[in-house]
Amino acid sequence: MARMRYAEALREALRNEMLADPTVVLYGEDIGIYGGVFKVTKDLQAEFGELRVRDTPIVEQAMTYMTVGAAMQGLKPVLEIMYADFLPLCLDALVNQASVLPYLWQVKLPMVIRTQGGGGSGAGAQHSKSLDAMVAHIPGIKVVSPATPADAKGMLTAAIRDPNPVVFLEHKLLYNTSGEVPEGDYVVELGKARIVREGTDVTILANSKMVLDAEKAAEELEKRGISAEVIDLRSLRPLDTETIIASVKKTSRAVVVNEGWRFGGIGAEVAATITDQAFEYLDAPVCRIGLYDRPVPYSQPMEMAVLPDAEKIVAGVLAMDGRAG
Amino acid sequence: MVLVRRMEERLGDLHKQGKTRGPIHRCDGQEAVGIGGTAPMRVTDTVTSTHRGHAHYIGKGLDTRRVVAEIFGRETGYSQGRAGHMLVADVEKGMVGGNAIVGAGIPLALGQALAHQLHGKGDVAITFFGDGAAQAGICHEAMNMAGLWKLPIVFVCEHNEYGLTAHARYQSAVQDLSIRAAGYNMPGVKVDGNDVLAVYDVMTEALERARAGEGPTFIEAKTYRLVGFSTSDMGGYQPQEEIDAWKQRDPIIRTRELLARMVDESRIVAAEQAAIDECEQAFETALSDPLPDASAAFVPEYVEA
Repeated sequence: MARMRYAEALREALRNEMLADPTVVLYGEDIGIYGGVFKVTKDLQAEFGELRVRDTPIVEQAMTYMTVGAAMQGLKPVLEIMYADFLPLCLDALVNQASVLPYLWQVKLPMVIRTQGGGGSGAGAQHSKSLDAMVAHIPGIKVVSPATPADAKGMLTAAIRDPNPVVFLEHKLLYNTSGEVPEGDYVVELGKARIVREGTDVTILANSKMVLDAEKAAEELEKRGISAEVIDLRSLRPLDTETIIASVKKTSRAVVVNEGWRFGGIGAEVAATITDQAFEYLDAPVCRIGLYDRPVPYSQPMEMAVLPDAEKIVAGVLAMDGRAG
Repeated sequence: MVLVRRMEERLGDLHKQGKTRGPIHRCDGQEAVGIGGTAPMRVTDTVTSTHRGHAHYIGKGLDTRRVVAEIFGRETGYSQGRAGHMLVADVEKGMVGGNAIVGAGIPLALGQALAHQLHGKGDVAITFFGDGAAQAGICHEAMNMAGLWKLPIVFVCEHNEYGLTAHARYQSAVQDLSIRAAGYNMPGVKVDGNDVLAVYDVMTEALERARAGEGPTFIEAKTYRLVGFSTSDMGGYQPQEEIDAWKQRDPIIRTRELLARMVDESRIVAAEQAAIDECEQAFETALSDPLPDASAAFVPEYVEA
């Protein structure tokens, strides 16, 4: 084990895979000399050369298509999209090509799109969103969102080795978080949730940075005599239904936390899954906590008010049993 | 070209008889671009095509029967009927493939060219697209990157004068799209797209350039779509005199005239008949092939490692 930052763990996964497999290539804006806006690709161009670490123009649409084309032809490209807010530019290539071509042509598309979303840094309405649900809607694409440095390394390694397209969601406020990361070859299977903390009264299901907020909420709830089980979904598609349902059957209450919009969101999908498979175990309706259904405002008091956080999770849990306040 | 033309005519007839599903985009009049353009390619060169790709499919060596079977949704089609006529592909033959999103093949080919460059085997990515697709942002984005990185790629604009029903004069600020090549630091070549040998020659040169690591070429093949946008097109926007004038320049007629100066008439007739017979046989077989079982739609979501 080595203690490292989330961004360093990602870099280690990229570097290890590039060392092991000459077909792994990186594309993206400012990833070369500059090393990426969040420094995830620091010094990799110097080590692996310009052909394997390509600085691209600012053209997300063609870049995503290009990544699909390269993956079809024997490369394992990892594309960095600087902000998740730009994913709509990638959607055509994802929805109409990456999702479609393997189904029609039996081609493998071993490609990864890394991006980062989330609010809380004052980046404004076009640089603060989480569009997890938008990409998780697409069949044939895996969507994952590690919350810890260990998972960042293990899941990125798995994503690069995966023969399917993977959208890899990071969070701007996670890059500087630190944790213990296994050394050497470390793979975390995609599609498996992680039980962060065991509990008996309520299940809090979260992903990405919201896992950290859920843990804080669980500590607060413990003070009030409520035992919360926290599950890090990690993978949004495929969803680890088994782990989710097993927990809800135990606690009979579920709160789903996702930093994206509530309407048509991850919370809605998870809530529907729980209702389908564990309705008779529920003691209360599934609670969804997400971003207020508007663009993210810039000024701090407003931004904090619309984003989900530990306090809102606690309030959500208390409100389930009419114990608010 | 004769085979492809026969195929288009049969498809048109079968559409009228209500035997096709969905729209079919015929390339009557444009065959010289697809056939002359693919003829100098290696099997390992990759081609991205369009929604109007029948000549590219046949030119790249695909099995006519399996193409037709795919068009008729048969189990023996290239995608067991999952794809239909706009999305035919045969990865083994480097046809990767048709695409029904206008312009999509252009940046896909860019990615394939990046792979070819890294693999270092001298293979080239070729993308066929229309004058309509040439107006799309992704075309500009892809051409810029191709020129910037000197990628082994050939851009072939099959300029058939119409994007859907609107003439190019309503869609493009310039008449000759090949002049745009200058902005991407690559040669722009304008060629008579109804002259199969001329297309062959410019493609041969572009492929050699790409294989030698000298970068991309933009070929603009001037041609004309003699039929509607698709089988659902109700027409009325292509002036009859325009169609008649282009019929005089039909690539099949011109090639026949050219050959008549070189070989005996009987050989030409025999070659044409052989192509027609091959096409007829393909239709006969494909149309009697079974439809897939509905269960074929329900495949696993992900491929295994």
